[in-house]
Amino acid sequence: MTKTYPKASRPSLDNVSVSIEKGEFVFFIGPSGSGKSTIIKMLLHEVAPNKGRVVVNGKDVTSMRSWKRPHFRRSIGCVFQDFRLLPNRTAYENVAFALEVIGKTKAVARRVVPEVLELVGLGGKEHRYPHELSGGEQQRVAVARAFVNRPLILLADEPTGNLDPDTSIEIMRLLDRINRTGTTVVMVTHDSNIVNQMRRRVVEIESGRIVRDQARGVYG
Amino acid sequence: MRVKYVLSEVLVGLWRNVTMSIAMIITMAVSLTMLGASGLMYRQVDDMKDLYYKNIQVSIFMEQEVSEQQRTDLQTKLDSDPLVKEVIYVDKAQAYERFKSMYQDAPDLVNAVKPDQLPESFRLTLNNPEQYKSVYDQYKDTEGVEEIVDQSRLLDKIFNILTAIQNIALAAAIVMAVAALLLVANTIQVAAYSKRREVAVMKLVGASNWFIQAPFVLEAVVAGLIGSLLGLVALVAAKYLLFDGSLSALQGLLSPITWGDILFIFPLMAGVGGLVSAGTAWITLRFYLRV
Repeated sequence: MTKTYPKASRPSLDNVSVSIEKGEFVFFIGPSGSGKSTIIKMLLHEVAPNKGRVVVNGKDVTSMRSWKRPHFRRSIGCVFQDFRLLPNRTAYENVAFALEVIGKTKAVARRVVPEVLELVGLGGKEHRYPHELSGGEQQRVAVARAFVNRPLILLADEPTGNLDPDTSIEIMRLLDRINRTGTTVVMVTHDSNIVNQMRRRVVEIESGRIVRDQARGVYG
Repeated sequence: MRVKYVLSEVLVGLWRNVTMSIAMIITMAVSLTMLGASGLMYRQVDDMKDLYYKNIQVSIFMEQEVSEQQRTDLQTKLDSDPLVKEVIYVDKAQAYERFKSMYQDAPDLVNAVKPDQLPESFRLTLNNPEQYKSVYDQYKDTEGVEEIVDQSRLLDKIFNILTAIQNIALAAAIVMAVAALLLVANTIQVAAYSKRREVAVMKLVGASNWFIQAPFVLEAVVAGLIGSLLGLVALVAAKYLLFDGSLSALQGLLSPITWGDILFIFPLMAGVGGLVSAGTAWITLRFYLRV
């Protein structure tokens, strides 16, 4: 697929073709502006390619109408570099909020949220506010929120970008654990340490083209 | 839970930006009051037209020295005129009686006037009051006719004034509505901005569009409905203080505004207030939220 943003001199993604199997763990690496984030945006149906198709969970979403987007998003969890937590809500409420706004009852939230907070290692810190948590703990809340709905795909856009190396490794262990439950994990990163340690599939992008696609790869 | 969530969001939203909410509600209330007043006036003028035009008369006053022959000729002509429904002849004595009863509060005036100073006249009821002009043209040069007076001329002036007031109220309602509309748009923008984090998360996790928009739209609708309630209060106060109070002297002239009229106009005010707010909020969100 190809994506050219308006006013851009060259395509952000130029004839890129990549296929990710269910249950895979894939790193997208490459310098800033190489087009990694555009891939994430396409998977989220935030931007559409100018040429080519985007198929997610076996469904062609290239020309999906925008009113179908909310429902589509429920099958994808998202984690970002800046956590994107609601500052005036506790860890529990942040995760429960994601459930409630898609129509789940409070009873469901009461059952599921403690479970997933336990899974990400935040048992006992449910009622802390984001500012009372460390960066790593905040990112765990974000992961819990992304995963609480048991999505088929977890997209992580530089989830360790704001964290120190040790905390980063803990977050990676968490993502690895989530991947083992059968969830496909797609992660965009700059962090060579992590890529080298994990030894998973690596797709390297440069100037909108794939220059490397390697199973059990390193940052290189 | 979702209903409860949306409702609490609405209240929190109105309270978060309370000065703006109050400004929005007040402008809305003034606009809707004007709209309601204009609507009431419209009914009022209609009622009055019915009432007055039905009883309208054209009077043909005769000269003092009118001859028997001239009078009978005119009487015959009027009787056979298809425009005229009814003719009543008022002689000098009857005219004096009428004059006496009309000015019974001013005995000096009555004493100063003698019966044969008052002109005799024909009082005509027309089949169609608007055909006054042709009646006038037809009889103005008839011998013995002094003057032809049409009550509808006076009424037209009154109704022109009432219609002008009604149009001014409507214009004021529209101008205030534009102000209210801009305030709604602004309030919604501020609300959307202050909730941008929540909205971003909601979009991310796949909350449906209506769920994201509903609190904002309802916030505007609630403000609109509160505004229309205040407008109702203002109209009730106006009836109580003006029509039943200081203007009660005019009651014989103006047809009364009943509580029923006001209750009848309220759904219109509430509907306009609610719909205009909802529409404005929705359009604002389409530009500002891009959900």
